[in-house]
Amino acid sequence: MISHDIIIVGGGLAGLRAAVGLCERYDVGLLSKVHPIRSHSIAAQGGINASLANHPDAKDDSWEKHTFDTVKGSDYLADQDAVEIMCKQAPLIVYEMEHWGCPFSRFPDGSIAQRPFGGAGYPRTCYSADITGHVLLNTLYERAVSKGVRVYPEWYVIALVTDNGRCHGVIAFDLINGSIVPIKSRVTLFATGGYGRVYQYSTNALINTGSGIGIAYRAGVPTKDMEFVQFHPTGLIGTNILMTEACRGEGGYLINNRNERFMEKYAPKAMELAPRDIVSRSIQTEIDEGRGFEHPLGRYIKLDLRHLGAQKILEKLPGIRNICIDFLGIDPIKEPIPIMPCQHYSMGGIDTNERAATEFEGFYAAGECACVSVHGANRLGGNSLLDTIVFGKLASIAIDEFLQGSHVPPDEKPINNRLADMEDTIKRIVNNKGERPFSIQADLSKNMSANVGIFRKKDELSLAIEHIIKIKERYKGVYVSSSDLHMNYELLNAIELGYMIEVAHTIAMGAYLREESRGAHARRDFPTRDDTNWLKHTIARFGADGSPEISFKDVTITRYQPMERKY
Amino acid sequence: MIKETAYTFKILRFDSKKPEEAPRFRLYRIRVIPGLTILAVLIRIRDEIDGALSFRSSCRSAVCGSCAMVINGRIDLACRTQVASFGTNTIILEPLPNFEIIKDLVVDLTPFWDMYEKVRPYLIRTSPDPDKEIHQSEGERKRIDQFVNCILCASCYGACPVLARNPDYLGPAAMAKLERFILDSRDERPGDVLDDINNENGVWGCDTVFRCIDACPKDVRPTDSIVGLRKAILKKKLLGRYK
Repeated sequence: MISHDIIIVGGGLAGLRAAVGLCERYDVGLLSKVHPIRSHSIAAQGGINASLANHPDAKDDSWEKHTFDTVKGSDYLADQDAVEIMCKQAPLIVYEMEHWGCPFSRFPDGSIAQRPFGGAGYPRTCYSADITGHVLLNTLYERAVSKGVRVYPEWYVIALVTDNGRCHGVIAFDLINGSIVPIKSRVTLFATGGYGRVYQYSTNALINTGSGIGIAYRAGVPTKDMEFVQFHPTGLIGTNILMTEACRGEGGYLINNRNERFMEKYAPKAMELAPRDIVSRSIQTEIDEGRGFEHPLGRYIKLDLRHLGAQKILEKLPGIRNICIDFLGIDPIKEPIPIMPCQHYSMGGIDTNERAATEFEGFYAAGECACVSVHGANRLGGNSLLDTIVFGKLASIAIDEFLQGSHVPPDEKPINNRLADMEDTIKRIVNNKGERPFSIQADLSKNMSANVGIFRKKDELSLAIEHIIKIKERYKGVYVSSSDLHMNYELLNAIELGYMIEVAHTIAMGAYLREESRGAHARRDFPTRDDTNWLKHTIARFGADGSPEISFKDVTITRYQPMERKY
Repeated sequence: MIKETAYTFKILRFDSKKPEEAPRFRLYRIRVIPGLTILAVLIRIRDEIDGALSFRSSCRSAVCGSCAMVINGRIDLACRTQVASFGTNTIILEPLPNFEIIKDLVVDLTPFWDMYEKVRPYLIRTSPDPDKEIHQSEGERKRIDQFVNCILCASCYGACPVLARNPDYLGPAAMAKLERFILDSRDERPGDVLDDINNENGVWGCDTVFRCIDACPKDVRPTDSIVGLRKAILKKKLLGRYK
């Protein structure tokens, strides 16, 4: 049996940062379902927040102010002790990435450039034009290459092995060879990313199925705050490709069909730079009330950059311009960009603490698949790249400490049992005669966008749950066209789909039960925040009847008492 | 109403696990709405017609570099190429050249990554790190801009005529990566890194026919990097230092 001290699942920023921190002292195996450089971290555009105070308007910025903005942005659902840790770490990890070669954009004085971002009191988002994720991921991958991290590219993890409160390893699927491989480890870290593909309209990559969250959940690990789904205000119509918040950070306007900068009505001070939940709801309201524009691909609002001028667009937003030209034939120097809000980020995820640890000994999670919680009910732009690297690093420190101490060694018996289960599952999928995965996935994602979207209400949420239960039944008959196991992407889709349905179930159930509006969770039937009853985290466990069993956990409040959230 | 147009996709099929079956084109007829990309059609073909079709994809926005292939004779990313951009209703898709096929449109990029690792593709410094950032002027940062944009999609590697005849040639992407670090004001690698590429498998192997520049979907000009590295080698010979 393949065995490692540590298995890291996911080759994005969180996974690579953890690997870099551990590979010199331990035998680390990093499994990634795509080559690490293809991970979705690559697509992050706008930047990473750290209170470096490099901007002339930010000389008195501090980690405390970053903490306050993050807590307020979270609609007070974030755990404030964890947010403090992240914001204190932020300058350290930005400097570390810079020392490792990250090519940040620069101010004239040679310091790292910073730009304004939504919900932030100061311009503290460090960036490299509009390809910040690309430069950070390249830098961490380069660092991993320099340290000789052992990577298993195109290996999908299809099950997590837990037993008696201990994690023993994973069952992996080697796509190129078509083999189902058991792997034993003393520690397993999931850094598997978000679940955008559970929604029909998402800015996320096709690989963002959220299967990692579903795999942990099915292995008995609880999830947290899954109902908090971030909708990014500005996804391109049609393809839903992300148009970075930096478009507005650099001064872009949002315009309705009356030629109004309508954000004036919703966030008179912050305008277009209000937090994402508020801007997305404002755009959706404008569209719903007939002030959007019509297009064969859907109704939209205009993101207007023209007044920034060609030079600024070419210098600060060159990637955005190329995407608009390649995908819509529009040059934002000359024409406004047609946008709509799209699913973008999962605030919720695998329930972890500020050391990336879960309830299971030897099982850790970091990055978007985890919920510490530092983002609470709404994440601020520029805080997700930060989350991945900070908690990748903190996971590496916690794992090191765990391995230094005494612990139960992993056991091969539950691994072999789980291997047999997964072999049966795959045999069943190959031999089934029901439905192929794509139509089930299409119905699942349509259901989520229609009934668990930006605005929610009870009857739609209960309909969503009914649909999911029916979809689970259909999934039992899922089959694939080819019985070859190697290079069979349809088979992987089929396996992942089972986990996606579970993820969707936890999102819909959390949203159904939470009778208030907080951050990205907006209930039309409960339009206000209710701190008396709902200032708490939603914990979901896979229940005996196959439905999520929900319980609640207190929010940690240190220095910021909940206040009304105005921008 | 959006009008659909009928297209014929001819896709090269081959499975390296079944070498007895020779590569062959399979035809797919599909109706397509305007504005659809090659990748979107590939996904529809896999979903609706042929679940066994293999191709790589992820970001669908031309940043992850997964889906480089040959589209009607031209190398590009499937995700950023419009079906309607060819003036013909027949689209031929083939895997990237200069690599072994694993299956269908998926190639084995191992040689590409081996060359990438050969150039020590990471910042190397001998000075101790400052407490804050290492100073870099806007102009110094701008110098590495085009090479930083490389998404490692291997389009240039597939297009390179030198690699077609000499698999030991380092190739355009690896040299662009090396130049990215050589030009970086923060990098302090020893000059002997240039000795490793001062040969026919390195900078002197390039035919300078610019196929890599034509193929790059991100406007990187690998030939510039090769010319830059040649200059650095000459500078080192004359002055004893390359920076």
